[in-house]
This record gives sequence, structure tokens and C-alpha cells, in this order.
Amino acid sequence: MNNGHTLLNIDGRLVRVKAGSSVAAALRVAGGTGIARTSVSGQPRAPFCGMGVCQECRVLIDGRRRLACQTVCAEGMRVETSE
Amino acid sequence: MNGVALERCDVLVIGAGPAGMAAAVAAAPSGASIVVIDDNPAPGGQIWRDGPGASLPPAARKWRDALDGRANIRVRSGTRVVAAPEPGELLLEDAEGAVRMRWGKLILCTGARELLLPFPGWTLPGVTGAGGLQALIKAGLPVEGERTVIAGSGPLLLAAAATARAAGAKVLRIAEQASFASVARFGASLARWPGKAAQAVTLADPCYRTSSRVVSAGGAAKVESVRLRQGNGKEVEIACDRIACGFGLVPNTQLGRMLGCELASDGFSARGLQVDARQATSVPGIFAAGECTGFGGSERALAQGTIAGHAAVGNERAAAAHEGERVRWDGFAAQLHRSFALSPALKALPQADTLVCRCEDVPFSALKDCNGWTDAKLHRRCGMGACQGRVCGDAAQLLFGWTPPAPRPPLSPVRIATLAGLASEGADARQ
Repeated sequence: MNNGHTLLNIDGRLVRVKAGSSVAAALRVAGGTGIARTSVSGQPRAPFCGMGVCQECRVLIDGRRRLACQTVCAEGMRVETSE
Repeated sequence: MNGVALERCDVLVIGAGPAGMAAAVAAAPSGASIVVIDDNPAPGGQIWRDGPGASLPPAARKWRDALDGRANIRVRSGTRVVAAPEPGELLLEDAEGAVRMRWGKLILCTGARELLLPFPGWTLPGVTGAGGLQALIKAGLPVEGERTVIAGSGPLLLAAAATARAAGAKVLRIAEQASFASVARFGASLARWPGKAAQAVTLADPCYRTSSRVVSAGGAAKVESVRLRQGNGKEVEIACDRIACGFGLVPNTQLGRMLGCELASDGFSARGLQVDARQATSVPGIFAAGECTGFGGSERALAQGTIAGHAAVGNERAAAAHEGERVRWDGFAAQLHRSFALSPALKALPQADTLVCRCEDVPFSALKDCNGWTDAKLHRRCGMGACQGRVCGDAAQLLFGWTPPAPRPPLSPVRIATLAGLASEGADARQ
């Protein structure tokens, strides 16, 4: 953490967010529309319910499948979108 | 292979929202060992969700401090319930691993989720729940300058609008499906409940429209516009960047139902867990409090949680002292449900090609001829995905009148290692 910010890696890009932000917020900060995954029929999906129910924001975080909306960004965290 | 660690506590509270916090704090003076688990990163539940975009009210700070101040309360955030391997025991999982927690008394404070209904375009990036948008903003989602339309039903729409505006979003419209007469009655009734009068003022928002509902979201790769049907029957299209749409709340009863707890059969709490005056469920040793017994706001949740916490440690007198409070806020909840009752016209929201199940991408047309939830699951894969029907099951209940069957473990997507550890534990026990 530096100056109240956290630096993490999303799909190989460095992204700087306010400390305490969720990974769901960071996906949007990273640019674009904040896509987390691609659906079974190929549609892009972004965080939807915001509270850990819909599973639309599931991503790989440091190699483990987790929900972006319920995970707080940590310094050096590696996030991979799309399944 | 490593087995899953076994831990014990006297009182296990599931959920660290207002009800769970109050339950733990009420039970604490007994000296019982209390564990509170919650799947979010910090206590507070949805209403008191903390984060870089949140400004916590004094009541939230007070309850968090009370929780922190008790040596016999242990809070495990970022932890979810996976299964109930044996009576009196739950399998929990967090980012690090799994644990089997044995409990003496269990208090379910699992809250509620938003009712999210399918409409054309609802899978586009930029569409969220109404409470969903509020939660995302509190957790740091940047929305500054974004043209935002909020739709659906209930007071949560106004709360979401306030959060979005405070974060710099331009809220263009708040579309409430209930009628003006209904909302006006609710507004007039607010003065009857302490601390609620101020909320009536927010109903006078110039962007607020009653008898108004979403028709579709437009856009190629993301939301570019929304169509709304207004009270006069005319449709209007509004260019926007975000649509936040939620139709009120549904009690989270999955865990309770998996443990065998009955649902209430009538009144506004009909889809919540059935509880008696001491918040006891139909299963001995298991209590329930807050929105999982029927949604009715944080004041009701605090009263119920306090009663449950006292009752769980056998303090009948202290539990009884909060009965009047509970009855008063039940009155508020009943008024809330009457005022924002959902119109049957909402069944017409999805078109034939609108996806109802977002996990398995099952369209409305594939479900119309199914004869129930099980048929839809087995033959159309509706509800077979990662959310386990939490979104489409609620929608199907409104659209088709289908009742989802009691949930089976695992309650949430789980790592293989957690299940494998459990299996090896069982194997050891058999040897």
C-alpha cells in the first residue's frame, strides 16, 4: 500500500486502486466495462449482484477461483479474468 | 492428506450484519465462546458495508465497536458455509482453507438477497442490482459522471440513488413499479416509526416516478440506453451508462432449509425462516434473526438478533424485554411489504430470447413449457450453474410460480481440497 492506494496485477496490467477497494471495483478501474468472465454462450459479463450471490464476477485471484465483489485488493495480487 | 481442522464454540452466528452483530453482543455477557462468520471481507452486512466508497453511520460504528470489544467473540470474515457434515457441525471455507466448526447453539443471520428479474438486455455489462450498485460503489467502484437509471421496487432504490449521487453519478431516473397511491401511503406511515420520518422526504425526489418499470436495456457490448414504461402506458428511452434494477429482497433461507428449518407459512415473512417469539426455528438449538426471517429493515434485525442472542444462552428475561421492539418493527415490515407489493405485470418483463438463467444462458422460451423447477433443471439446465439457482430460482418463482426444492450441499462453489479433506477425515474416523 502506498499513499492510501494498492497496486495489483489484472491480466498482466498494473492497476492502482484506492486501498480497501474490491477486486470488482478494480476490474472497472482497469479500464473498459469491468468484464470478469465470458458466459457459456460467449457473452461478456461484469459484476452484477455486488454481494456474492450471482457468481458473475468469479475470477482467478492468485490462482484460486474467488468472487471479485467479496475480495479486497491486496498489494501485488494477481487477477485473471475469463474462464 | 491433511484432514480438515476441527474447532468448537458454544454459539455460532452465521452472518455479521445487524442481526448477527446484535446476536453475538447479546450472547457475550454469558461468557460463552462465540464465533461469528461472514462471507464478506468485513462485518456490517449489506446495509453497513464498509469500503473506500462507504460512509458508515454512527450506529454501524457502535455495533462494530461492541463486537470488537468482547474477548469471547471471534469474527471470521471472508468465510462461507459449505455443508453440514454432521448434526451440530458446519464445514466452513475461507481463502486459506477449511475448518469443521462444532456448535452448541446456532444463530442464522443470513440476511436477504435482491430479487433480480430478467428483462431484455439485463446481462449487458453496466446492468446491476439496485442494492448491487450500492454495494459495488461502497467497495470502490468508480461511477463519477456516469448517467444512471435506477429501477425496480422498494425504498432501496432511493438509498441506491443517494449512494450513487454521493459518488458523483448523474441519476437521471428512479423508476418504481408501485403506484403513487401506494408509495404515498407508505410515505405518510413513516412518521409512525422512530427515525423513519426523514426517509419520507427522499420520496419527493424529482427523478422519482411511480407505476414505472424497466422494459429493456439497449447497447451492443455495454449499456447505452434504457426503455421504461411509464404510468400513462407510454414508453420512454433514456440514454445512460448504467442501469441498477432490483425488485426488493428475498430472505436467504438456503442454509436454514438445508438444516431442516421450516419456512413461515403466512404473512409478510412467508418466504422466510419460521421463528417463535424467542427466534427459535423449528429445529432445536437453531435460532434465526433478521432478514432471513422476512425482510423488514435493520431496526427489526437488531431487535430480533438481540432476542436470539439472549435466548441462545438461556437468558429468557433479557430476551423478553425486547419483544415490544420486535413487534413494532414487524409492523413496519408489514407496511413495507403492502406498499411495494409486486405487480403481476412484471411477469411480462422477459421476451422469448431473454436469458433467465445467467449461469447456463437458458432463455425464457426454453422454460415456458417446463412443468416445474426440477423439469427446468434436468431438461434445460436452468439453475445448474455456479449461483445454484439463487438468481433464476427467485425469478422463476415470480414468473412461473415454481417453488425451488430444499438446497443440497455444497451450498456454494467449493474447492476440491475442502471436500477431499472432509472425505479423508471421514475415512480416518472409520478406521
